[in-house]
Amino acid sequence: MLLKRKGLKSLMMIMMMGLLILTAACGNKAEDSTSNGSSDTEQTSDDQSEDTALDDESADDEDVEVEMGGEIEIDGSSTVYPLTEAVAEDFGKFNPEVRVTVGISGTGGGFKRFCAGELAISDASRPITDEEAKTCSDNGIEYSDLTIAYDGLSLVVSKDNDFIDHLTVEELNKIFTTGSTVKTWADVRAGWPAEKILMYSPGAESGTYDYFNETILAKKGIRNDTQISFSEDDNTLVQGVEGSKYAIGYFGFAYYEENADKLKVVPIDAGKGAIAPSPETIKDGTYAPLSRPLYIYVNKAEISRPEVYAFADYYINNIGSLASEVGYVPLPDDKYSEEATKLH
Amino acid sequence: MNNIFVDANRKQIAGRRRIDFTLRLLFLIATSIGVIALMALLIDIISDGISMLRPELFNNFPSRRASEAGMKSAIVGSLYMLLIMAPLSFLLGVGAAIYLEEYAKKNRITRMIQLNISTLAGVPSIVYGILGLTLFVRELHLGRSLLAGAFTMTLLVLPIIIVSAQEAIRAVPKSRRDASYALGATKWQTVSRSVLPSSISGILTGVILAMSRAIGETAPLVMIGALTFVAFLPTGPMDSFTVMPIQIYNWVSRPQASFQALAASGIIVLLVMLLLMNLSAILLRNKYNKHM
Repeated sequence: MLLKRKGLKSLMMIMMMGLLILTAACGNKAEDSTSNGSSDTEQTSDDQSEDTALDDESADDEDVEVEMGGEIEIDGSSTVYPLTEAVAEDFGKFNPEVRVTVGISGTGGGFKRFCAGELAISDASRPITDEEAKTCSDNGIEYSDLTIAYDGLSLVVSKDNDFIDHLTVEELNKIFTTGSTVKTWADVRAGWPAEKILMYSPGAESGTYDYFNETILAKKGIRNDTQISFSEDDNTLVQGVEGSKYAIGYFGFAYYEENADKLKVVPIDAGKGAIAPSPETIKDGTYAPLSRPLYIYVNKAEISRPEVYAFADYYINNIGSLASEVGYVPLPDDKYSEEATKLH
Repeated sequence: MNNIFVDANRKQIAGRRRIDFTLRLLFLIATSIGVIALMALLIDIISDGISMLRPELFNNFPSRRASEAGMKSAIVGSLYMLLIMAPLSFLLGVGAAIYLEEYAKKNRITRMIQLNISTLAGVPSIVYGILGLTLFVRELHLGRSLLAGAFTMTLLVLPIIIVSAQEAIRAVPKSRRDASYALGATKWQTVSRSVLPSSISGILTGVILAMSRAIGETAPLVMIGALTFVAFLPTGPMDSFTVMPIQIYNWVSRPQASFQALAASGIIVLLVMLLLMNLSAILLRNKYNKHM
C-alpha cells in the first residue's frame, strides 16, 4: 500500500511539472514581445551602421557578433529547400546566435504564410502568381524577389531504352496532355515500338509539375489515366522509370544527375535542335523551355532586421558555389551582384 | 454391423483432424506473417542504416552533406514534445476515464460521450493536424511552437488513453470498491487508494503505448508546420522544433544514396526508442502486478 501511495505521489509530481512548463510558456511569450519591441527602437541606428559596413566584410562581421540574434523563419518549395538548407547551415557557423528555421510547405504553402506576414523569406520554384501577389499587397507585405539558381527539368527514360534519341516539345505535349490518345510509343513517332508507354510524373502539389504544365502542356493539365503514375517522392519516380524499358518520367536535374548511371536523359527539341540538359545548357538558357529559375522572396519589412539582411546578403553572395554542390546550376557570376542590389 | 459404425466413426474423426490440422496451419501462417514482415523490415533497415549509425547522428544538426548530417535537434525535439504531452495527456486522459467509469451516471449522455471517444480514437491523424493548426497555431496564437505540437499530439492520443484507462479501471473487481465503502471511505478515497493503485499498471501501459504512437507520427506535425531544418535546440516551449519522423522523411526524399542510408539509421534510432518504450510498458506492468 505504501509503495502504491508513493507511486501516486510521483504521478502528482509529474502533473505539477506539466503545469510548470505551461506557465513557463506564457512567461516566455511575454519576453519575446518585449525583446521585439526593443529591437524595433534600435532599427534606425542599425540601418545606418549596416549601410556603412556593407562594403567592408570584416566590419560587417563585427556588427554581427555584437547585436545579431533572433529568429529567421523560412518556408516554401521543397525544390529550393536543399539550397536554403545549405546556406542556413553555413550561415549558422558564423552566426550561431541567429536561429534559422526552414520548412517545406511547398511553393504555394510558403506564399500563403509569406503573405500572411509569418515569414521573413519564402522559397519558391516559380514566380509569385497574381492572386498571391494581391494577397500580399492586401496585407501590406512588400517583397524583393531574388533569382538564386537554375534547375533543369529533365525528361528521363530507362537505360535499356534504345530507340529514343530525342523528343520535341510537341511530342511531349502529345504524350502527356490531358485527354491524350497516345497509348504506345508508335503513336508518338512512326517506327518506334508499339509498346505501351508508362509515365511517371510529380504530383499536382509540386512546383515541378506546375512548371511542366505551364511550359509543355500550355496549362491544360496532365492526363490522368491508367498509364500514368504520380508521386510526390522523386525517388519513387526514379525507380519507376528505371524499372521499365518503355517508361518515361520527369523531375529536377539534381535527381537525374544523382541517378545518371541508371537513367538516360532525353534531349529536347524546341525548334532549335535537340539539346540535353547539362550545367552549361541550363546556365546559358539553350536548354529551353525546361530550364527554370528558382527564387527566394524576401519580406522588405524584415530586411530592416540586421540578421535578415545579413542572411539574405550571405545567401546571394554564396549560393553560386553552394548550388552546384547540392545539384543545381548557379547563375552567371555577374547576375548575382545584380540580384544583390535588390536587397537595398 | 458394429464394424461399419466403427469405420464410419474413424473416417469422421480423421476428417475432423484434417480440418483441425489445416486450421492450425492457417493460424500459424497468420501469426508468422506479422513476425516475418517485422523481421524483414528490421533486417532491411539495419543492413541499410548500420553504416551511418555513428556519434555524428546524435551530435550534429542537419546538413547538406550526408557525412556531417545528424538528427540532434530532431531527437531532442521529439523528447521535449514527449515531456510536455506525457503529463498533460495522462492528467486529462486518466481524469476523463475516472469520471466516466466512477462518477458519471450511466445515461444517454454518457453513452454519447463514450461513442464519441471511441470514434475519435479512429480518426486519421492528419485531421488532428488540421484541428491543431486552426485551434492552437492560429486561434490561440501559439505559432508553430513546441507547445502547439505537444497540444495537438495530446489531442491525438487522448482517446486512446481514455479508452485503455477505462478498461483498466473497469477490470478492478467491484468487491474492492465495496470493501472500501464498507470501511467508510468516500468516493475519492476509494478511487485514489483502491481503484487507481490496482489499475495503475494497465493505465500506464496504455499511456506508454499511446506515447510511442505519438513519437512515430508525422502527418499532424507536418500540418501544424514543424520544420525540417532546425539547427538549434529548443530552449522553451514556444520555440520552433522538428521531430525524428520529419527529419527521416526529409532524408528519404533526397536524391543522394547516402541520405537514404542516413534515413535508415534514423529509423533504427526511432525503432530502438519505440522498443524501449514498449519494454518499459511491459516492465511497469510486471512491477505493479506483483504488488497486487
